[in-house]
Amino acid sequence: MTAAHAAGSNSLASGPASKRVYVGYGFWIFILSDMVMFSAFFAAFAVLADATAGGPGGRQLFNLTNVAWETACLLLSSFACGMASIAAASRNVLWFHLAMAVTFVLGAAFLGLELKEFAGLAADGAGPQRSAFLSAFFTLVGCHGLHITAGLLWLLTMMAQVVAKGFRADILRRILCFTLFWHALDIIWVAIFTVVYLMEKIP
Amino acid sequence: MKLLGRLNWDALPLDQPIPMIASAAVAMGILAVLAWVVIRGHFPYVWREWLTSVDHKRIGVMYTLLAMVMLLRGFSDALMMRSQQALAFHSQGYLPPQHYDQVFSAHGTIMIFFVAMPFMIGLMNFVVPLQLGVRDVAFPTLNSVSFWLTATGALLVNLSLGIGEFARTGWLPYPPLSELTYSPGVGVDYYLWSVQISGVGTLLTGINFVTTILKLRAPGMGYLRMPMFCWTSLAASLLIVAAFPILTATLAMLTLDRYLGFHFFTNEAGGNMMMFMNLIWAWGHPEVYILILPAFGIFSEVVSTFSGKPLFGYRSMVIATMAICLLSFMVWLHHFFTMGAGADVNAVFGVMSMIIAVPTGVKVFNWLFTLFGGRVRFEPPLLWAIGFMITFVIGGMTGVLLAVPPADFLLHNSLFLVAHFHNVIIGGVLFGAFAGYEYWFPKAFGFRLHAGLGKAAFWCWLVGFYLAFMPLYVAGLEGMTRRMQHYDVAAWRPWLLIAAGGAAVILAGIVCQIAELWVSIMRREPLRDVTGDPWDGRSLEWSTASPPPAFNFAVMPEVRGQDAYWAVKQQARAQARPPSEPEYESIETPRNSPTGFVCAFFATVLGFALIWHIWWMAIAGLVGAWATFVAFAWRDRVENVLPAEDVARIDRRNRQARSAAPAVLAP
Repeated sequence: MTAAHAAGSNSLASGPASKRVYVGYGFWIFILSDMVMFSAFFAAFAVLADATAGGPGGRQLFNLTNVAWETACLLLSSFACGMASIAAASRNVLWFHLAMAVTFVLGAAFLGLELKEFAGLAADGAGPQRSAFLSAFFTLVGCHGLHITAGLLWLLTMMAQVVAKGFRADILRRILCFTLFWHALDIIWVAIFTVVYLMEKIP
Repeated sequence: MKLLGRLNWDALPLDQPIPMIASAAVAMGILAVLAWVVIRGHFPYVWREWLTSVDHKRIGVMYTLLAMVMLLRGFSDALMMRSQQALAFHSQGYLPPQHYDQVFSAHGTIMIFFVAMPFMIGLMNFVVPLQLGVRDVAFPTLNSVSFWLTATGALLVNLSLGIGEFARTGWLPYPPLSELTYSPGVGVDYYLWSVQISGVGTLLTGINFVTTILKLRAPGMGYLRMPMFCWTSLAASLLIVAAFPILTATLAMLTLDRYLGFHFFTNEAGGNMMMFMNLIWAWGHPEVYILILPAFGIFSEVVSTFSGKPLFGYRSMVIATMAICLLSFMVWLHHFFTMGAGADVNAVFGVMSMIIAVPTGVKVFNWLFTLFGGRVRFEPPLLWAIGFMITFVIGGMTGVLLAVPPADFLLHNSLFLVAHFHNVIIGGVLFGAFAGYEYWFPKAFGFRLHAGLGKAAFWCWLVGFYLAFMPLYVAGLEGMTRRMQHYDVAAWRPWLLIAAGGAAVILAGIVCQIAELWVSIMRREPLRDVTGDPWDGRSLEWSTASPPPAFNFAVMPEVRGQDAYWAVKQQARAQARPPSEPEYESIETPRNSPTGFVCAFFATVLGFALIWHIWWMAIAGLVGAWATFVAFAWRDRVENVLPAEDVARIDRRNRQARSAAPAVLAP
């Protein structure tokens, strides 16, 4: 390769990237777009945070103990998910399934706690129809919960795929995408924890 | 609970002849095409080679076809509006208000989401992998899913013609009008679900093309060697990835308001309807650049090819493109200066709106300087490009006028605004789409379009455009607001009559285009392109056969500079012989998959069920779509392998035709 050749080109002079690289890359772009969607819900929440229409606000409604347990479950499930990806990298089926099962249980526990919180709010007359603030709250937090639900479904199909197909190259790429997805949901949760719960509770 | 939700016989507009006849005609048309395909025994071919195809070229052609069919639908809405306003002076015209409101809402929705978007995405699909010198996009099956989700959206919009009604809220459903209190029917729901479903498809396209352009390029194809169309496609795809999720979120909020009684944008309980304006335009303004940037790319290719010169100021063009990409997120408030944000906020957005005109101006000068001193050939694609340059500059100047907040307070929501955005969207996006269609048609099908009819179509469109929209500027300055079903100001009437005449001239242009396609298909032998390079092109798509084989390139091109194929041709001319034969290797191509089609089927079921509140059907649609993905994930064979000798056989034929043609070997 001549110097002139190198100057006009870049590190991709060798041609298309490998499948493992661009699949992960493409999925990462998807996650970025998902974060843009969340940021729209965050913006709506910020705009409507004081629009309680005479109803209860975050300070009266939120229970930080419950939220702390949710956070613990989710962060630990992310750790277990990391373990699963290490197990997949070393092709250890037993540890992979074990770690994925722990991820699932912790994720489901998070979801259970969240549903319990939602049901309690609705029972107290603080459902999403009560005020614009509560609409924005339920939508933002519920959208994250919906992602967790989809993630749990995906997790189960990933376990089934490993059982049926083993650690094939395409299955490993999907495991990579799944773990990216699961960790990204953690990042969004940290933002929700801060912006929704902490900032409402401790202004 | 009723089994069919809100759906009953009242949904059929039996008392309204126009939608009845129109929907019957559409249904008959679809049935006739289906019957022809099945009876003539073409169905297995169509299913195998098109409906289930994951080839970016086929998907691109289907996108473009969808756009052109929907253009006919959107244009018939336009004709109805123009004729209504021509007649409705001191009278009710022939369209009752509730119907007229649906017509202008459907016109805007269809033209943006189902004509302009699929046309641009279709051309991107067809061209970008060829220009990058690769065999497909990063995610071929996902690409097919994208297309079929877009088709689902188009189908749902057209279903609203015969079953129920469409939104009466304008192409962007502003609350509180679009809330359940004021729009209790299914119209807004049709809008929400068709745009939401097709929006998901568009988002996936954006992800696919960002990944393709950034990660999959032929060896040596550095960023600053990419053809301009790849750059503008990259910019448009980045905007899709960054903007469409905002649309998804905004429409989801309105959907929650309407379906579950939330209060995002309602009048009561603290809802904030101006938040809708902000959110929708935070998507909406980047959206207009998603449409126009690929068109800028097309003009760059066309102007450079038909001037026989490299693009003037390539690097400044790249910078201008990326500057527009960034700035397009900083001007959204100019769509509602009248919100009352205050003079300081309005001033900032007014200044930003003027700043974004600067990179666009850079581009116009670059095209002019590319033409300057070139050996210009006035083929139809270049005519569209020149028509664009003149028209778009006028549209841009009226845009700068609108960007002055005090002037905007007077012009806001008037026909001046309507004239302005048609000036840039027709003169920019649509002319670009037609230029690209004329330019790449021979590459897609192996024969050129009839030049005479193409030129006739161009002149009808150009003259028709000026006749139809320049009068609207005047009527707008005279105070006529948009979306009027009737009026009684005599001064507006002559302008609206001229505009109706302009629409008729545009109709003549469309007739010319249909004739052009028909005549070209009938006389395809004399119009045949045997060399694969009918325009003496410069980028890599012209280095392969027309139509290209499924694998695009027999061997991956090695790129040594800008205008990659031009350099190869120059070398061949200098050496007076074609490039020597490469060593062929076997090629893996992605296997076709019905995933996209089946997924869209379930998405249609889901969308229809949600519109009509048929909950069991919605669940069935969701489960079906999920099951389709699991089934897709379960497959074991992902690719077909084409042996090296087959590749060689196909490629030798192409090389023979090419070396026999005079263009390559001419001194």
